[in-house]
Amino acid sequence: MMEIKLKLNGKAVTGHIEPDVLLIDLLRSLGCQSVKRGCETSNCGLCTVLMDGRPVLSCSMLAVRADGHEVYTLEGLTKEAEAFVGFIADEGADQCGFCNPGYVMNTIALLRENPDPTDEEILAYLAGNLCRCSGYEGQLRGIRRFLNSRKAQGEQHAE
Amino acid sequence: MVTIQKYVRAQSLEEAYTLNQARQNRIIGGMLWLKMSELRIGTAIDLCDLGLDTIEETDEEFRIGAMATLRMLETHQGLARYTGGAAAEAVGSIVGVQFRNMATVGGSLWGRFGFSDVLTLFMAMDSYVELYKGGIVPLARFAAMKPDRDLLIRLIIKKVPGSFAYQSMRNQRTDLPVLACAVSHWGGRVRIVVGARPHKAVLVLEEALPEGGLTPGAAKALARKAAAAAVTGTNLRGSAAYRTHLIRVLAERGILALGGKA
Repeated sequence: MMEIKLKLNGKAVTGHIEPDVLLIDLLRSLGCQSVKRGCETSNCGLCTVLMDGRPVLSCSMLAVRADGHEVYTLEGLTKEAEAFVGFIADEGADQCGFCNPGYVMNTIALLRENPDPTDEEILAYLAGNLCRCSGYEGQLRGIRRFLNSRKAQGEQHAE
Repeated sequence: MVTIQKYVRAQSLEEAYTLNQARQNRIIGGMLWLKMSELRIGTAIDLCDLGLDTIEETDEEFRIGAMATLRMLETHQGLARYTGGAAAEAVGSIVGVQFRNMATVGGSLWGRFGFSDVLTLFMAMDSYVELYKGGIVPLARFAAMKPDRDLLIRLIIKKVPGSFAYQSMRNQRTDLPVLACAVSHWGGRVRIVVGARPHKAVLVLEEALPEGGLTPGAAKALARKAAAAAVTGTNLRGSAAYRTHLIRVLAERGILALGGKA
């Protein structure tokens, strides 16, 4: 057993784990049920979390590697997500919902890194998030509508 | 599924090297490929504390640490300038941003994977790897070496004046390439490297710049030569004949993308 200390969703956490425990399993054991196990081949993006602000695949990272780092799951970023998830739902892109937490986490990372992405930049950044319901058009429309709405609000404030 | 009995963050290269001499121990890079194996690892050796997660740029070269990620290759402005965008083109279709934030340059090169975009890209440049015991070795020679118990410390790219282009064919955006092709022009010579044949990358053509420059006609002729020289194979992603055809197409596009610069 190894002891690790990390900051999870803004709170200091200590874990006692075996060396081969994956980050996804540690996070789910700590109550972060938004983190989903999907393909287990590092391809689908369901298990996306932010480590030190960067999106990573928690199904493919040893939990011990999070020792000394800051990890955020959707449970810790609901406010930031609320700003745009309604737009995605309005486009019918939430569908079965299983991919949504990973999708939302990676969208947060995208918008932090590039607050005004083009459609091509959105598709490229989110290419590692697979959705078997929607065909991706709904997510793109939702994010685009959110960005347009935010821009329009900004312009109104400026007037 | 991989199992690990012990995990050590090495505090020196010597410690990592010593631990790595035991057959049941393994250096872990991004762990993305390793994680899917059925290995029983005694000690997982992590290099994350050794400061190898950087890309240093000087007037003469890039020094890319083994723990630098593929995302760093994709977003590094100096590499983008030097390669004319070829570095980002080569890695930008590898799964997703999350994956590229984890996959390491050292892991990608050490594996000498047949499908490797990274190996294909850098073999077209004046490139070397620095091994802890083996010293500095040209990347092409390293690619042909059998894996041993040494440590890959960094990749070194000499900044010789040149131009570079990268092309790949994928059945789907985030899939492994059916064929990868890196083309370069430096030191007065044109080089064509083909990867995902599906075997590992090889330099299939290196010759002096044609007298008239890289004209459309010259591009076609060089691409045909490259296709004739490359050994291709068949797997689930494509047949040998299809891959040979792709070499003609991608190499020609790559040469035209060089635009006769350098």
